[in-house]
Amino acid sequence: MNETMIIGLLLGSLAAMVPIVLTSVGAAISERAGVVNIGYEGILMLSAFFGTISAEITHSGWIGLLGGALTGLVLGVVHGVITVYLKGDHVIPGIGINLIGYGGVAFGILAYWGTAGQHQVPSYAQISPLWMDAFGNSLSPMVPITFVVAFIAWWLLFKTPFGLRIRAVGENPEAADALGINVELYRFTAVLIASALAGVAGAYLSVDWLGTVTKTIAAGRGFIALANMVFSGWDPLVALVGGFIFGFFDNLAIYIQNNPWLAGAIPWQFIATLPYLVTLIVVAGIIGRARPPKWDGIPYKRE
Amino acid sequence: MSFSDELRGYWKPLTESVLAILIGALVGAIVLWLSGYDAVAAYKALLEGAFLGGNFAETLSKSTPLMLTAITFAIGSRTGLFNIGAEGAVYFGAITAVGVTQVLQNPLTGVLAGLLVGALWMLPAAVLKVYRGVHEVISTIMLNWIAFYLAGWMALSVLANPENPNSTLPIPPGARLPLLVKNSTLSWAFIIAVLTAIVVYVIMWHTRLGYELRASGQNPRAAEYGGINPKAAVIWSFLIGGMTAGLAGAVQIMGIPPSYSISQGLANVYGYGFDGIGVSLVGRDHPLGIIFSGILFGALNAGATKMQQTGVPLEMVKVIEGIIIVAVAVPGLLDLFARLFRRGSQ
Repeated sequence: MNETMIIGLLLGSLAAMVPIVLTSVGAAISERAGVVNIGYEGILMLSAFFGTISAEITHSGWIGLLGGALTGLVLGVVHGVITVYLKGDHVIPGIGINLIGYGGVAFGILAYWGTAGQHQVPSYAQISPLWMDAFGNSLSPMVPITFVVAFIAWWLLFKTPFGLRIRAVGENPEAADALGINVELYRFTAVLIASALAGVAGAYLSVDWLGTVTKTIAAGRGFIALANMVFSGWDPLVALVGGFIFGFFDNLAIYIQNNPWLAGAIPWQFIATLPYLVTLIVVAGIIGRARPPKWDGIPYKRE
Repeated sequence: MSFSDELRGYWKPLTESVLAILIGALVGAIVLWLSGYDAVAAYKALLEGAFLGGNFAETLSKSTPLMLTAITFAIGSRTGLFNIGAEGAVYFGAITAVGVTQVLQNPLTGVLAGLLVGALWMLPAAVLKVYRGVHEVISTIMLNWIAFYLAGWMALSVLANPENPNSTLPIPPGARLPLLVKNSTLSWAFIIAVLTAIVVYVIMWHTRLGYELRASGQNPRAAEYGGINPKAAVIWSFLIGGMTAGLAGAVQIMGIPPSYSISQGLANVYGYGFDGIGVSLVGRDHPLGIIFSGILFGALNAGATKMQQTGVPLEMVKVIEGIIIVAVAVPGLLDLFARLFRRGSQ
């Protein structure tokens, strides 16, 4: 192992942690407010797709991220209206949105670009890295931004009245309601923040990190992010740590597969299972101690 | 409860499912139209491909694995679990069927082995849920990905076909499920799926085990007071669900000509577990409802091939299915519509 490899692995892990952290931070905010959403996988998919389209039209990767956020918002409105205002089940809409995501992106790639399964994002539509070395290792501006987002989310949740109310409607909506807090509005807002963050994460996949749109681009990261949220104890700062661990294994799998001398020793399929296996093990080790917000996933109806 | 009461209880969920399907079709048409396709031509091709002449046999054939994976989700749902792990159990059911029939060349052992391994594959999720409190959505999704790579590796190595690099060894002729309709892919697998649905219905609604599963699904604490062990219920729910999913994988390979083998990248067993979730939701998590919603989704999949000939990508039907599920998730969909309609007519 030489220095370049270590730097490569480190930077790769940082790049891989971005979508996981952004999504889990959002999910933590949403669940703190009491709304479960398992549709982040679908949000990642669709915002990777629409993010690329907006980036290609405007020749700006940053507008691509914005397009991703908007895509997330639209899907968040759907989820929020069903769960918060219509008091529907919190899990089923996400199953539908995930299906729309996988089908819609495969459909969309063919319908919009005319290629099957995969589309390369042109460099003018990608976000240029902050730093890059001769070996192709690079650092995206989204890495520091992700750290900042996690800090802001933590500060909002635990240091501001807004955050107190978000947590109140997830922990004890009846008491919050009695204090005059608009339970539905806070829950809905939390859902929108979460979906928009996942939307940015999805667009990051295509217009920044991977530089391509594929029909399986999210590759389970929406669910890994949920596992990371549980790991973090619904705390955005801890989610950074977990995100780095998950990012490390996600990246390690890609790294080993791209290194034939390593890949020859073990079947690549075994390595590809790593991020998922680690997620299972970590979650199994942690959950006994993790306590979700009391009203997490339960619709609140005024008596 | 008399039979007519039971029927009356089905009326509202049935109309709501039909309404959700109509919404899915309508929104799907809008998506097609916005993407510049001829929605009418696409839907016409879809319906022809699903129901015209011999195509209906294809619809029934395509519905077979979907019914079985839908039952996996339905049993979970009735037990208070979101078991979305059918996908992984399908892969291993298929792999097992191919492996076992190489040695024991008769259909029954293939089917039973697939069933058993499907149940075994669900066991980790059940144990993690009961003893570690791991939410089954996370564990089953992770297990699905692990299964995808492991089964994919087995297909290419242990079960590799020396004569054809694009598929596994075929099921030997003596272990294949006989066809029901000549020159189609409709085999005994369909009968097995329908019988399974009926058996699961009987287990869930007319046996003590089923009562315990449903009771602990509705209110685990009350069930525990009633002397039911909710942990055992969770494990049974995963095991039975794993069986039907493993069965889906086995019959999907044992009953589908001409290859009777697993294609590269698990292509001909991929996605049934996920699609089964939608089938179950539209069938209102009821085994008998699932027979009908399975045929509906089978029709969508069979028709998709014909629709593709009009230029519309195959995956459009997944979008329609997703929209149907989101519509199903809207509580009191019927009441909502009735209210809108009343307001509109004033």
